[in-house]
Amino acid sequence: MNIFTKTLSTLVGLTMAASAALAEPAIIYDLGGKFDKSFNESAHTGAKRWADETGGSFKEIELQNEAQREQALRRFAEAGANPIVMAGFGFADSLGKVAPDYPDTKFAVIDVFWLGIPNVREIAFNEHEGSYLVGMMAAKASKSGTVGFVGGMDIPLIRRFGCGYAQGVKAVNPNATVIANMTGTTPAAWNDPVKGSELTKAQISQGADVVYAAAGGTGVGVLQTAADEGILSIGVDANQNYLHPGKVLTSMLKRVDNAVYEAFLAGENLETGLVVQMGISNGGVGYALDEHNASLVSDEMKSAVDAAAASIASGSMSVHNYTDDETCPAITF
Amino acid sequence: MIDFLTLLQVLDSSLRLATPLLLVCLAGLFSERAGIFDIGLEGKLLAAAFVSAAFAAITGSVWIGLLAGSLASIMLSLLHGLASITLRGDQIISGVAINFLAAGLTVVVAQDMFGQGGRTPPLKSGGRFEPINFPGATSSKEMNEAGPLMQLYSELLSGHSLLVYTALLTVPLSWFILYKTRYGLRLRAVGENPAAVDTAGISVVGLRYSAVIIGGVLCGIAGAYIATSLQANFTKDMSAGRGFIALAALIFAKWRPWYALSACLLFGFFFAVDTRFQNILLPAWFLSGFLILVALGLISYVWKKDYLDKAVLGGLALGISVIAFMVIFSVWDTGISRQIKIPVVFIQSLPYVLTVVVLAGFVGKAIPPRAGGQPYVKER
Repeated sequence: MNIFTKTLSTLVGLTMAASAALAEPAIIYDLGGKFDKSFNESAHTGAKRWADETGGSFKEIELQNEAQREQALRRFAEAGANPIVMAGFGFADSLGKVAPDYPDTKFAVIDVFWLGIPNVREIAFNEHEGSYLVGMMAAKASKSGTVGFVGGMDIPLIRRFGCGYAQGVKAVNPNATVIANMTGTTPAAWNDPVKGSELTKAQISQGADVVYAAAGGTGVGVLQTAADEGILSIGVDANQNYLHPGKVLTSMLKRVDNAVYEAFLAGENLETGLVVQMGISNGGVGYALDEHNASLVSDEMKSAVDAAAASIASGSMSVHNYTDDETCPAITF
Repeated sequence: MIDFLTLLQVLDSSLRLATPLLLVCLAGLFSERAGIFDIGLEGKLLAAAFVSAAFAAITGSVWIGLLAGSLASIMLSLLHGLASITLRGDQIISGVAINFLAAGLTVVVAQDMFGQGGRTPPLKSGGRFEPINFPGATSSKEMNEAGPLMQLYSELLSGHSLLVYTALLTVPLSWFILYKTRYGLRLRAVGENPAAVDTAGISVVGLRYSAVIIGGVLCGIAGAYIATSLQANFTKDMSAGRGFIALAALIFAKWRPWYALSACLLFGFFFAVDTRFQNILLPAWFLSGFLILVALGLISYVWKKDYLDKAVLGGLALGISVIAFMVIFSVWDTGISRQIKIPVVFIQSLPYVLTVVVLAGFVGKAIPPRAGGQPYVKER
C-alpha cells in the first residue's frame, strides 16, 4: 500500500504541479483514508462538491503514516497549491512548523484551535453540542436506561464527543447509565472493526440498548454488531443511517464537508489567522434525519431535540466542553 | 463485582478474539516447523479476509467466499514459497513484501470492484457464517434467569460460528499430524536438519511447499472468519495486526500446537478483559501485595540461574518492586485500602510483556526450529 500509493501520489502530484498555472486548492486526509464513511469521507464530499459546482480541480493525498504529514504539506505548498486544507487534529505540529515557511500560502486545518498562526484558518467543531442532541435521542429511545459510547483513539477530542453525549443522556434521564469505552491508544484504534464489535457486545451484555460510535472505521463494526444483536446505534461525522436502515437511530453530523467547501470556495482570499467555531448555531453540527431512520424518531423525540438545539443555538443553554478543562460533569473516562 | 455470567461473557469474548489468532498461529507453526519463517501471516490474513468477503458478496454464498479466501491465501503462500524455497531468497523480506502487497492490493482492488472506498458491500444472511445455537440453549434475553450450568452451555459453548469450532478442532488435528504421522515427523525433521531428510531420499522442497500451503489454508479460514463471521464486510486494514500478535503467540507457545491453543486463549482473554473492563479498580494493598509476590517469585526463580538471567530478571523484579512501593507511598495519606485505577494500556501490553519474558528464557527456553530461516542448498 505504502510504496504503491506513495509512488502514485508522487506521480499525480508532479503531473499536476507541471500543469497547474492557476493555484489549485489542495486537501490532505488523515490516516483513516478518504473513504472511511465518516470524518475524512465527509471532507472528501465537500471537496468534490466544490469541484462539481465550480468545475475546478483540486489536489488531494491520503496519508499512510505519521511521517508523511510534513512531507505532504511541504510538497503541496511547494507546488503552489492554495489554500491547503487539512482534515484532522494530527496536523497541528507539522503545520506549526510548515506554515511560517510559506507566508503567502493559506492553510486551513480542521479540529485544531490552538495554533494562532497568521496564515492559518483553524476550524473547530462543537462536537459536544451535536453529541448532546444524539445523547438526548439515545436516552429517549433506550428502554433499559443504559446506553453505550464507543470512542476510537483515546484523545481529548473523542472524550469531547463522549462527554456531550453523556450530558444529553442525563438531561433526558438523570438515572441513566452511560458506558463509555475507548478502542485503543494508538492510531490503529481508528481501523479495528473487530474490536469495535467486541466492545459493543460487552456493552450490550451490560444492558446497553443504544450505542453511539465515534470511532472512524472501527465504528463500522459497532454499527454492524448493533444491527446483528437487534439494538440501535448512532453514527458519526457523515450520515451513516443508510448503513443499516431501521437499525441506526441517527447520526451526529459534523459538517466537515461544509468547512472544506467554504475554504475551497474562498480560494486564495480565505480569511486566516482566526479560529472558526462550527456549532449548532451556524450549521456546523447536527443530527441526521432521513428515510432510513424516520420510523425510529418519534415526533415527541424530534420536538424535544429541536427545542434543545434551538436553545443551544440561541445561547440560552450551554453544553460543557470537555477540552475546556479536561473534566466532564456527566461521566468519568 | 464480577459475577459468574460476567466471567462467562468475558470467556465467550476471549474465544471469539482467540479464534483468528489460533488459526494464524497454527499456520505459522506448520510453516516454521518446516523451516520457513513466515512474517507474511498478517498479509495472508488480510488478503483472505478481502477475497472471502468479496466472493461472498458477489455470489451470496459464504462457502464460495471461504474457498476463494483460502485460495487467495494459498497463492500468497506459494509466492512466499517461490521466493524463499525455490529461489532461496530471504524469508523475512519475502514475508514483509507479502504484507505490503496485501495491504495495498486489497484496498485498490476493492475500490475498483465495488467503488465503496476500499470496502466490500455488506453481506446478507447466507453470505455470512451465522452463530450456531446448540439445541436447548436459552436466548441471551433469558440468560440472567438461567442456572449456572445452562449459562455455561448457552453463553460459552453455544452460539459461535462454525469456524470457531473448526479452529478448536484444528489443534488436536495439527498435533496428530505433527507428532503421530510419518509426514509430521518428516516435516519437523526438515525444519531441524534438512540435509538428513534429503539424505533419506525425501524431497525437502516438496515438504516445505506442503507446509506453507497448509499455512495458507489456515490463514484463509482465519480471514474468512474475520470478514464474514465477526464482521459482514471487508474494511481497510481490518486484520489490525493480528497476524503479528499470532507470531508472538507462536513464540510464546514454543512452536507446539497445544501450547498454541493456551497461548492464543490467554492472549484472547487479555484482549477480552481490556474490552470489558477498561478501568479496573483494585485496592492499593492488593495491588502492591500482588506485585511484591511477583517480584519475589522472580527472584526465587532466578536464584540458581546464570549471571545474565540474574541481571535481566533481577532488574525486572526490582522494577516491579519499585512500582509496588510507589503505589503504597501514593496512598499513604488516604489509607491503604484506597482503590487504585489500573490503566487500560497495562492490560493491553500484557501479551507482549509475556512474550518478552518467554523470549528472555523465563518460562523455559523458546528454541525455534534449528534450520528456520535458512534456504536449503543441496550441493553444499
